[in-house]
Amino acid sequence: MQRFKKQTSWLTIIGLSVILFIFIVPFVLLLFNSVKANKDITSSPLTLPTSFVFSNYSIALDKMNYFHAFANSVIITLFSVLFISLFAAMTAHYFVRHDTKFNQYTFLLMVASMIIPFQAIMIPLVKIYGSLNMLNNKWALIFMYIGFGCSLAIFIYHGFVKSIPKELEEAAMIDGCTPTQTFFRIVFPVLMPTTATITILNVLWIWNDFLLPSLVLVDPLQRTLPLSTFNFYGTYTVDYGPLMASLVLSIFPVVIIYLFAQKYIIQGVMQGSVK
Amino acid sequence: MVTDKGVWSRLRLRLLFTGPTLFAFIAVMIVPFLYGIYLTFTNWDGISTTQSLVGFQNYGSVFKDAEFWKSFGLTLKYVLFTVVFINVLAFLLAYLLTKGLKGQSFFRAGFFLPNLLGGIVLGFIWQFIFNNVLVFMGQKMGIGLFSTSWLSDPNRAFWTLVIVAVWQYAGYMMVIYVAGLTGVPGDILEAASIDGANGWLKMTRMTIPLMVPSFIVCIFLSLQRGFMVYDVNLALTKGGPFKSTELVSMHVYQKAFLSRDYGVGQAEALVLFLIVAVITLLQVYFSKKMEVEA
Repeated sequence: MQRFKKQTSWLTIIGLSVILFIFIVPFVLLLFNSVKANKDITSSPLTLPTSFVFSNYSIALDKMNYFHAFANSVIITLFSVLFISLFAAMTAHYFVRHDTKFNQYTFLLMVASMIIPFQAIMIPLVKIYGSLNMLNNKWALIFMYIGFGCSLAIFIYHGFVKSIPKELEEAAMIDGCTPTQTFFRIVFPVLMPTTATITILNVLWIWNDFLLPSLVLVDPLQRTLPLSTFNFYGTYTVDYGPLMASLVLSIFPVVIIYLFAQKYIIQGVMQGSVK
Repeated sequence: MVTDKGVWSRLRLRLLFTGPTLFAFIAVMIVPFLYGIYLTFTNWDGISTTQSLVGFQNYGSVFKDAEFWKSFGLTLKYVLFTVVFINVLAFLLAYLLTKGLKGQSFFRAGFFLPNLLGGIVLGFIWQFIFNNVLVFMGQKMGIGLFSTSWLSDPNRAFWTLVIVAVWQYAGYMMVIYVAGLTGVPGDILEAASIDGANGWLKMTRMTIPLMVPSFIVCIFLSLQRGFMVYDVNLALTKGGPFKSTELVSMHVYQKAFLSRDYGVGQAEALVLFLIVAVITLLQVYFSKKMEVEA
């Protein structure tokens, strides 16, 4: 019996390894081919590179305007995520502690709105913000991310704020804290694990988002990383090397972060889905 | 918490705590949504500053737009296959990766990897795999199935979209199923073993019924993502060859922003939203009925 169990567990590991290999092999091939010359890519895409053509990378870095796009992506993701977490936590706290009919209906409206897909909003959104001359502006995009992202964040925070004992806040108030101080000194720190979950979900969404920024940021200088990758692919089809390099460059920052924060990212997705 | 402060300071507190989110929410979700409903009754072309009301004409055009219904049908087929394959594979992986194998967190991390990247990058990677790597292998090893690119064949191009979606989302749903499986209480499974239940019985009679909440979440997410897919569609097939893989989201985009038929485009977006809302709500409603208590 014991031996049988051991054997099946080895079979499972082998089976899983095969599936994992299929999952990972596209990335490995991409990495190999990103340093090959164009003729080597077409004649032998499966082999390790024999000679290294690093100019692929310098072409991609240059033509994609990589560092600029990277900086745009960082600014947009950082501020959107920061504002969503902070404002959503405040709103959720207010809704839980001031349980009026008005607040209940507002909360319900926000939860119900989560079923509306972006595609049902995008056309009027572009029209409204276009006529206000707010397209091509990072801060307008960040504002939109707050609008689209706050419902889910408030929903997740709402559940956790309810679990914070009211006495904790009352004690702080008796000690002389104003409601605002109570929130920042007591409530927000207690909500830290939830904030981590929400941050992870939002970073994955905003860093990789394509459709919304492609509609809002038309000016090449404003492009985020996904936009500049897409644009580079559309305009530069002469040879494969730089294209492969551009993909590696846009994957690279995420994978580096994943190596260090892998455990937290998977935990964040787990907690975000269980609700 | 009875505070004896004035109306003014209470209002200030409310504005500080709920003002930023409510303002952004109304300005970005509610106003465009309502304005979008108004737009479906106009003939705006995207350039002129004025538009005139045309009544239900746009909705009439939606029902006559054969391409919209063709891409909607294709999307239904796509959703059906992706939802089934994603969830079967994800559940299987989650089941195998909660048995305490060596290196199971390494495996989980590997399967999750595609979810860190956006659809555009994933689409381009697979374009290379389907156009170059598989064709190269097909020709060298004489596998007829791969000797021409799947992306240039109208029937096979559809399956490339399904394959990439399964590859992309299986890891994400796996993580949710892992959370569900670790939440199944061990003592009742043990009790079942003592009563003589085998692995299959325990799985179908205990584990799966207790996991209904995870199934609800995963099927809901994969339904929604399936209906709304755009990035991978754009980067991998661009709707081609010959519009054979133009899924409904891409059709709406083309209608509005390329054909400059904003009224009809928005009407199609709303019709799509209503259909998807009904499908997902029905799914949640009926599967909630299957929930059991441990």
